[in-house]
Amino acid sequence: MEFLTQMLGADVARMVVGLIAIIALVSVNALFLIWMERKVAAHMQLRPGPMEVGWHGAVQTVADAVKLMGKELITPTDVDRPVYHLAPIVIFLPVLLSFLVIPFSQTLIIRDMNVGVLLILAFASLTVLAILMAGWASNNKYSVLGAIRSVAQTVAYEIPLLITLMSPILMVGSFSLADIVAAQERYWFVLTQPLAFILYIVCATAETNRAPFDLPEAESELVAGFHTEYSGMKFGLFFLAEYTNMFIVSALATIFFLGGWRGPFLPGIFWFLIKVYAIIFLLMWFRWTFPRVRFDQLITFAWKILIPLAFANLLITALIMKLR
Amino acid sequence: MQTLFYILAGTALVAGALVVFQTHPLRSALWLIVNFFAVAGIYLLASAEFIAAIQIIVYAGAIMVLFLFVIMLLNLRQPEEPMPMSALGSRILAVTLAVTTGFLVMFGLKQAVIIPARTGPPGLGNTESVARLLFTDYLLPFEVTSVLLLVAIVGAVILSKSRLK
Repeated sequence: MEFLTQMLGADVARMVVGLIAIIALVSVNALFLIWMERKVAAHMQLRPGPMEVGWHGAVQTVADAVKLMGKELITPTDVDRPVYHLAPIVIFLPVLLSFLVIPFSQTLIIRDMNVGVLLILAFASLTVLAILMAGWASNNKYSVLGAIRSVAQTVAYEIPLLITLMSPILMVGSFSLADIVAAQERYWFVLTQPLAFILYIVCATAETNRAPFDLPEAESELVAGFHTEYSGMKFGLFFLAEYTNMFIVSALATIFFLGGWRGPFLPGIFWFLIKVYAIIFLLMWFRWTFPRVRFDQLITFAWKILIPLAFANLLITALIMKLR
Repeated sequence: MQTLFYILAGTALVAGALVVFQTHPLRSALWLIVNFFAVAGIYLLASAEFIAAIQIIVYAGAIMVLFLFVIMLLNLRQPEEPMPMSALGSRILAVTLAVTTGFLVMFGLKQAVIIPARTGPPGLGNTESVARLLFTDYLLPFEVTSVLLLVAIVGAVILSKSRLK
């Protein structure tokens, strides 16, 4: 108990309320994003998308979620049981915990930590672990292929992602997300770090396993990739984690490059959400603009273009910071 | 605080033992990850958040993923046959080695003097403290390590490329 009070600074209630709020946000966000994805996709293909349930199909995803929860959980005979059942939890938990350090507005942050960025990146690196567990335990060749591709993808994007984020961190001199937002009082970092912003968006697309980097679950090649053998709400958890992950990478982009919750007239939380959903829209736009890349194209692109650019950006940033 | 330390240390020990005793390589790797997390928890208790985060990013994230990747590529789905119990000589050797190691560890622990942990300069977070030490007192070992890693990378590239020709 002494440890708890010490670590939480006697704000256990704050943590509990925060976690409940996070779970609510995650669910509502996923329902909204799935509807948004359908609508964006539909309008880009000149069709209306879901229209029947609610205003312009707004509650269609609620109906789908209820259906998903009512479905039978099928466990194939030859799966590696403990690992198979654990994988959906392992993919979902870290995504949930990442919200602990995100500043939604000046005061709306559950816990500001001096290693906030590292915490989110550490949790993000666990996603691939869960995908590996799911793909391997399913005992299905498409699942294993999806899992192997997922690792190859991580090897490709994780290094440029980390190096890219180092440039704005160098400018601020802190790993705390609140400090990073505070440092953008006069101008957004997208103005001084445009290259880093572009690199980050590319890596973020890969991080969320979205087209054109949706290799691990390429429907037209691998059935459904690593989650082929999952049904009902187990599949639902993978889905939920993916959409929550989209929110987190977009929130990081907002915090690092778009000034976080800063903006005129409206309260901070609104600006934060507007910016986050604008970036998510960009990610959805990518999906219907670029064709899927091949495995080797992705790795060549990451190692020969992204990493050198990220290093160059970091070096130039360091030089300017030193000379100033 | 202390209870939590014992829980985490116990988890680390049990997970570490399970890494060795599993017949299945992939299960061993998964237990190793549990072990890494327990150790990261201990770092947190010592209020070394930076080291804990790096432990998870580097070990649980990067290195273990590569381990699992190799295990999956080698397709070690079936557990290997347990090694046949061999001759008396090797058994005696194994027992002797185990007892000696155990004795040495016990002896070492008995001799060890517990000194209080060094804390960084006041007013600095532990990221700053680590960085300060790394780039001042330990600059040379730090840079030499990076050269060592570079040598390892060059070696790996040469080994894999020479076979292609």
